[in-house]
Amino acid sequence: MRLRYLTLTAVAFFSAFPLYYSVVVASRHNSALAEVPPPLIPGGNFFANVARVFDTVPFGLALVNSVIVAGSISIAVMFFSTLAGFAFAKLTFRGRNIMLVITVATMMVPAQLGIIPLYMLMVKLEWTGTTYALIVPALVNAFGVFFMTQYLSRALPTELLEAGRVDGCSTWGLFWHVVLPAARPAAAVLGMLTFMSAWNDYFWPLVVLNPDNPTVQVALSTLASGYVNDYVLGLAGTAIGTLPLVAVFALFGKQIIGGIMQGAVKG
Amino acid sequence: MRHTLDMRVSPYAYVAPFFLLFCAFGLFPLVYTAWVSLHEWTLLSDTQEFVGLGNYSTLLADEYFWNATFNTLSIGVLSTVPQLALAIWLAHLLNRRLRFQTLFRISLLLPNVTSVVAVVVIFSQLFGRDFGLINWMLSWFGVGHIDWAAGTATSHVALSVMIMWRWTGYNALIFLAAMQAVPRELYEAATLDGASNLTQLRRITIPMIRPTIIFVVIVSTIGAMQIIAEPMLFGQSSGGGGGIATGGPDRQFQTLALFVYEQGFANSTFDFGYASAASWLMFVAVVVVAGINFLITRRVKGGLV
Repeated sequence: MRLRYLTLTAVAFFSAFPLYYSVVVASRHNSALAEVPPPLIPGGNFFANVARVFDTVPFGLALVNSVIVAGSISIAVMFFSTLAGFAFAKLTFRGRNIMLVITVATMMVPAQLGIIPLYMLMVKLEWTGTTYALIVPALVNAFGVFFMTQYLSRALPTELLEAGRVDGCSTWGLFWHVVLPAARPAAAVLGMLTFMSAWNDYFWPLVVLNPDNPTVQVALSTLASGYVNDYVLGLAGTAIGTLPLVAVFALFGKQIIGGIMQGAVKG
Repeated sequence: MRHTLDMRVSPYAYVAPFFLLFCAFGLFPLVYTAWVSLHEWTLLSDTQEFVGLGNYSTLLADEYFWNATFNTLSIGVLSTVPQLALAIWLAHLLNRRLRFQTLFRISLLLPNVTSVVAVVVIFSQLFGRDFGLINWMLSWFGVGHIDWAAGTATSHVALSVMIMWRWTGYNALIFLAAMQAVPRELYEAATLDGASNLTQLRRITIPMIRPTIIFVVIVSTIGAMQIIAEPMLFGQSSGGGGGIATGGPDRQFQTLALFVYEQGFANSTFDFGYASAASWLMFVAVVVVAGINFLITRRVKGGLV
């Protein structure tokens, strides 16, 4: 038993240490990195380094872009996933089961392999360089639909819907007055998961955006790709661009983890 | 009348957004890749010449393509096999009444919440040749300064560590979710029979969660075959030189997905036809490797560890 706690504590340490160390480096001066032994506690240079980040890349714009992109994707995914989840969980229609199976199967499709035609499509739509190219393809996804289907089939009593029908609700009325309120806990978890993955998305934004109109992750990669390795600069950017998210996660971690594990069981 | 119409049409309307979006931005690009791959097709040219399988035969003779294939498989094995074994073990450790259960789970998932850019920037510093923390610790054991990014084997190890750091905890939680559905009585009976902890893991846990193991193996395989952001960023921030998409100056860690990106976007030729052919071969490779892993995982009975 003692060994179990020891092992888990060690793993927890290895999970957290690189994040801690990034703050240590981000709050130092470049010259401190050459010291032996290396610095292990934060220094006092953090805000000066953050100021350098804003001087080097358009980081303010990047933050605004990332908030808009991740925010609108999360809201859309919550809405459309609840809508489709309602249909799959509680409505009867021909082809329901096969459509649900197809939905789950699409999660296995290695979508990244279609990156070139996807880019060509964005050129045609004249969306390259704009955040439309990030938002529109991500408005709803298979994971969200499956996640809400699972939740609603378990947590939404059919009697409630029948009562609504008796009262003369249309299907849309049921969705609006009964399903949406009932879906709130799961939708909130889905929203947080979606926000985190949209915020952290890197490759597609890199392909389709320009460096002068970046998201946070694209701006960070620009910071890290200088000819001279300015680790302090890169890690200061990392700290302000990703650590807020990590902090939010630490606060709501229990709910988010519950969501991930529930989505997994039937998978 | 209006009522029946509502009942009939609404369900389809509600699931339609997902299917429309998937067809437009998921399925269509994947299929269209095959069409593009049969052409001499660049970003800059106005006309596209049909060249049949020409791109494919060039590709099969391209040593960079085979180099990328080797690197993908090597990094894939190095990162996935220890990762899944470790994840099962961690899940097994967590599958008890524990104090600080939530705290342990949150810390396990912390790396997964960190963006890939942050992970590689942080680890490039840790793996730094001259002032990296890892080389500093290795020096206590008399190991000289390793230039992690420069060698084939060392760069693959470094990249695998980054991938493992980010994904082990996530997969452990997926396994844990499955383990919690295993009936407690099985363990109680086994304990009465004097079965050790390890025996219980091998004889009860692993057979009982096999569907989840198969699922995780397939998903991890598909993910591992498409690794791109890690080698791309490692090439940039380890300062070894070479282009953004070459995976080091000697292409020592260029993966297949990175090769596709290089041909399509980072090359001055923007050769969409050639890159699409590589994408399509990669798709075939993903299906084949995932299929093989599916068969292996399905056949293994109980004795995974």
